[in-house]
Amino acid sequence: MLRDITLGQYYPGTSILHRLDPRVKLTGTLAFIVSLFAFSSISSYMTATAALIAVIVISAVPPGFILRGLRTIFLLMIITALFNMFLTPGDPIVRIWKLQITRQGVEMAIHMAFRLSYLIIGSSIMTLTTTPNQLTDGLETGLRWMNRIHIPVHEIAMMMSIALRFIPILMDEANRIMSAQLSRGADFKTGGLIRRAKAMIPLLVPLFVSAFRRANDLALAMEARGYHGGEGRTKMKPLIYKRRDHIAYIIIAGYVIVMFLMWRYVKISLPFLTL
Amino acid sequence: MELKLEHVSYIYNPGTTYESKALDDVCLTIGAGEFIGMIGHTGSGKSTLVQHLNGLLLPSEGKLLADGADITAQEYPLRELRCRVGLVFQYPEYQLFESDVLKDVSFGPKNQKLPEDEVLRRARDAMRSVGLDESYEKRSPFELSGGQKRRAAIAGILAMNPEVLVLDEPTAGMDPEGRGEILRLLKKLHDERHITIVLVSHSMEDVADYADRIVVMDEGKIVWDGEPSEVFVHVRELEEIGLAAPQVSYVMAALCERGWNVDRSVTTIESAADEIAAELKRRRAAGSGAAQVE
Repeated sequence: MLRDITLGQYYPGTSILHRLDPRVKLTGTLAFIVSLFAFSSISSYMTATAALIAVIVISAVPPGFILRGLRTIFLLMIITALFNMFLTPGDPIVRIWKLQITRQGVEMAIHMAFRLSYLIIGSSIMTLTTTPNQLTDGLETGLRWMNRIHIPVHEIAMMMSIALRFIPILMDEANRIMSAQLSRGADFKTGGLIRRAKAMIPLLVPLFVSAFRRANDLALAMEARGYHGGEGRTKMKPLIYKRRDHIAYIIIAGYVIVMFLMWRYVKISLPFLTL
Repeated sequence: MELKLEHVSYIYNPGTTYESKALDDVCLTIGAGEFIGMIGHTGSGKSTLVQHLNGLLLPSEGKLLADGADITAQEYPLRELRCRVGLVFQYPEYQLFESDVLKDVSFGPKNQKLPEDEVLRRARDAMRSVGLDESYEKRSPFELSGGQKRRAAIAGILAMNPEVLVLDEPTAGMDPEGRGEILRLLKKLHDERHITIVLVSHSMEDVADYADRIVVMDEGKIVWDGEPSEVFVHVRELEEIGLAAPQVSYVMAALCERGWNVDRSVTTIESAADEIAAELKRRRAAGSGAAQVE
């Protein structure tokens, strides 16, 4: 029941993608997504597909893991596609009762399907090859300039990494408490909505108590080690760009340029549709 | 009731990168009225094994028979099994949730669908047997001390009147006094109410003093299963798998190595003292022998 929730699903590995600086991966993902929306045409989607396949192969993460992320948004994609197909005004292709499917609608639906699924795949590759800690580290270092406009970047990053760190702990705890209450004859599965909601009390009360207790302990432990926010704080493993990171930036820039050129100059015509 | 594990294996997260085998072909029979101590290094599979005993986890391979009935069968009433096999988790005080102690202890029997007065009777009984008197009934479980919380949580399981009581490290993080209290309580339950006890522990002294039978686990397998005296003579082997024998076993082993004629299989301080006294007497009688040792 609680195991179905996967967040920060890091897939351990040693590929070059795993070892890249998180800032590079964040920039790369951002560039990938922006180029997907800015330059949408069949030819640029083909470029993106090739890039995705290459990255997946390099990452050595089983494709099944990556596609798993798609499953969760599958329903969303279907609904978006249907709305697009039926509600976009334009030249009708099929007419069913008062509804009509338009050519523009179909084009829009195809665009959305590509963008959404590639967006998910692209960002899952990033989260699968980057530990949550590296990710927040990358965000913190990458967004440090925001400090100048008085955004507490370090504090936000710290909160994010603590929150991420606590998810598995609290999930473990929830499982444990659930087992303990099951051992006392609790029943989480049968009964109507209200009965089930009530059955959650023996799970939720101890879980909240334990979350507060842990938060308290953690705060004490951090203060005991002299933590007082980000000012003047140094890092044990500072993020430093290496040769491979520079090369990766060049590849990302190259990718964006290719995307632009494909979109601008290569037109692949399909019957009926102009994408 | 008798619990029998036949070639039980359990695999966590099968089919993923996090796959790990926690139990590996375990065969174990827990007879009615036994007092079993289960020891093993962290990650040896004790806690996994313990969760099989009341059907919280079902074996990936193999069978678990409760009084001869296969609990993995589709129609087996697992909730009923959980009432007969009480499982006290590690740090059970973290499962307390009600507004007062009596209500919390009543949670189990209430789930058994017993009549109101029977629920209260059992809850009060259970509280008394763990040493919490009436004055605790209306107190919030969250304002009790650590030891009291733990006893309240154990009472919550006892109130279900289990035939088998399984406890996962019930004395973890407690002071010697609290530990003694809990262990004596288990002994009393075993002796007076003939409840089968399975005690998982890190403390060799605890299990040596109280258990009639010791099961040693390592890497998901049972490596020894026998009386304390049989198991604890293997001081070296126990150390190799990250465990230790009771202090007494070390003393006796050292004495044997120096040529003392003592029985090294004793596991309690009292019997060890008797052994040493007897040997000293023998040596004194022999005369010169004792002088040389001095």
